[in-house]
Amino acid sequence: MNIIQKRNWYFALSLLVIVPGLITLFLWGLNLSIDFVPGSKITFSSNGRIEQKQMTEIKNIFSLEKVKVYNIQPSEKSVSFSTQVIDQKKNEAIVNRANNLNVREEEFATVGPTIGKETTINALKALTLASILIVIYITWSFRSVPKPASSLRFGICAIIALVHDVLVVVGSFSILGHFFGVQIDSLFVTALLTIIGFSVHDTIVVFDRIRENLLRMGAGNFENVVNESINQTLVRSLNTSLTVIMVLVALLLFGGESIRWFVVALLIGVTSGTYSSIFNASPLLVVWQNLRSKR
Amino acid sequence: MRRPRYLLWLIIFLAISSLLIQLPLNNPFSNKFKFKKGLDLEGGTSITLLADMKDIPPDQRDNALESAKFVIERRINIFGVSEPLVQTAKAQDYRVIVELPGVPLNQALGLVGRTAKLEFREVVQATTSAFIPYENTNPTGLTGADLKDASPSFDSSTGKPVVSFRVADKSQDQFANVTQSLIGKPMVIYLDQQFISAPVVQSSIRDSGQITGNFTQEGTKQLADYLNAGALPIPFSILSSREVGPSLGQISLQKSLFAGGIGFIIVVLFMIFNYGKLGGIASLALTLYVLLVLSIFKLSSASPYGITLTLSGIAGFILSIGMAVDANILIFERMKEEERQGRGKENAIELGFSRAFPSIRDSNISSIITSAVLYEFGTGPVKGFALVLAIGVLVSMFSAIVVTRTLLRFIYR
Repeated sequence: MNIIQKRNWYFALSLLVIVPGLITLFLWGLNLSIDFVPGSKITFSSNGRIEQKQMTEIKNIFSLEKVKVYNIQPSEKSVSFSTQVIDQKKNEAIVNRANNLNVREEEFATVGPTIGKETTINALKALTLASILIVIYITWSFRSVPKPASSLRFGICAIIALVHDVLVVVGSFSILGHFFGVQIDSLFVTALLTIIGFSVHDTIVVFDRIRENLLRMGAGNFENVVNESINQTLVRSLNTSLTVIMVLVALLLFGGESIRWFVVALLIGVTSGTYSSIFNASPLLVVWQNLRSKR
Repeated sequence: MRRPRYLLWLIIFLAISSLLIQLPLNNPFSNKFKFKKGLDLEGGTSITLLADMKDIPPDQRDNALESAKFVIERRINIFGVSEPLVQTAKAQDYRVIVELPGVPLNQALGLVGRTAKLEFREVVQATTSAFIPYENTNPTGLTGADLKDASPSFDSSTGKPVVSFRVADKSQDQFANVTQSLIGKPMVIYLDQQFISAPVVQSSIRDSGQITGNFTQEGTKQLADYLNAGALPIPFSILSSREVGPSLGQISLQKSLFAGGIGFIIVVLFMIFNYGKLGGIASLALTLYVLLVLSIFKLSSASPYGITLTLSGIAGFILSIGMAVDANILIFERMKEEERQGRGKENAIELGFSRAFPSIRDSNISSIITSAVLYEFGTGPVKGFALVLAIGVLVSMFSAIVVTRTLLRFIYR
């Protein structure tokens, strides 16, 4: 399989996935939960499926109590309302009214403005710091690659693949958030960081083979070495991702509603991570190398 | 080929001991160690309080926060909450974070939301008990607000532990009058109407004094904390609160564990289907991996660094089952490759391990880096997830490399 030759097609496919997400991100931003913006969240659950009629009645309670609802996230047997900040008294009033509707309050959370700001700053710090540390580590670990290849380029290409995966996931959730009311909470940040780890994990498998082949075959025909390496590691890259995807699918199908979107984020990220390490990170090395030698 | 036999014995030992810890049989190990479940699994309330320090002098703020924490802990203990968590956090501001499993929000607010009220009262009706009921006393007019601060110290002549306190400047006349009238009688200290101590006044006290008695050092620290809680009362505001119903977590836990079981079985089938006998051995190693990680969770709960299991942590653990065989896949693929190049089985096994190692090392180190960053910047459930992930990576390196290799060497010798 000549992946390197067709690299522009693969880059185009990545753009095709990323661009719509970026557009919704630009137009509507992210649907942030109370982990990031001040507000309250009330989750009602019912023994059976929550019907449309029940839902309207619950919504009415909030307007009767003059509480602004920002977001409604329904799942099978429960529904979460994100609202303006409400206190315990207001919450009790709402719960009292809701008791007649055959639903019970499962969760009530209120977060003030300070915490949300901190979570956002910490999330951004964590994402940046993790990326920087990984570039440094890869650059160090790949220091033995022969010239004209450079270990810093390995590090940076791994990070580009990583940013690719982050954009795919964030973009997808911007779409999911706008059209399906899916919210971004601190678990989402956890998912992103896990994806970062996984993305690099996968990229390293290919890079390691390139490193080994470069030492054996020399960097003379760089393009060939890279293509060869991708093909040699293709099966194991796919297999390592498959085992992870299999457990994630099991979690998605059987593992409760509270972590559903967390699992969806991981699933999108792991899939994207597998794709980007094969079809983006290594071809990018070649593009960069070619640019250098042309000059 | 070197065949370190002790590794095999180590593996057998680990397998048996983790089985003993995990199996739901009645044995001293599995009874002693329990999983520590987070609020999202157990149900309960978590509240983050912001301390308003504007009336507290800067050098007293740390003290005041500790006393406030102490008072909250006391209230919670009197109320009888099992495994509460009360911790302070100091960054740009001062906070107290309280987690109360099994307590609904309105009760929790009653426990932690109040500011401590310290009173000094005099006995009007004698009792024989060591604890003087609040009803048996009358106010002296003195409260915690009349103290400046208190600290544990030692008596200069006897060297015994005592509590020293200073009287607030504005209250010195009143303090002197009250203590003058109470010489030889007890001045009873109450916190939130709960009896704390009843020291007998020895002389009139104007600006500073000390409380002596049969104190241990711990005892003087406690009493000083109570006095400070009254002297340096901090009003709290609620930064965030979260209440989780008890059934939600239970259901989610069962579902996640079921999903984890299914995931485990699929991974085992996948490995056996793809790599035959090798896959079978990897599955054994994976089983040991699951047992070991679960045992670490349980054992850690007996240490001060107990790992609290949250829903996301369990998801992280299940995810790690899928990732734990990654190293095995890399090794087995490498073995196949070496065999295709005409190397003998034993040789291929050794080369598979040694040549796949750099990629396993590098990818696992990058995972460790992200978990360390997650742990550093995350709060609550995120921290738990990061810890689970890091443990998973480390244990999986052991199970996929050491365990698999030892078993393979044992079989192919």
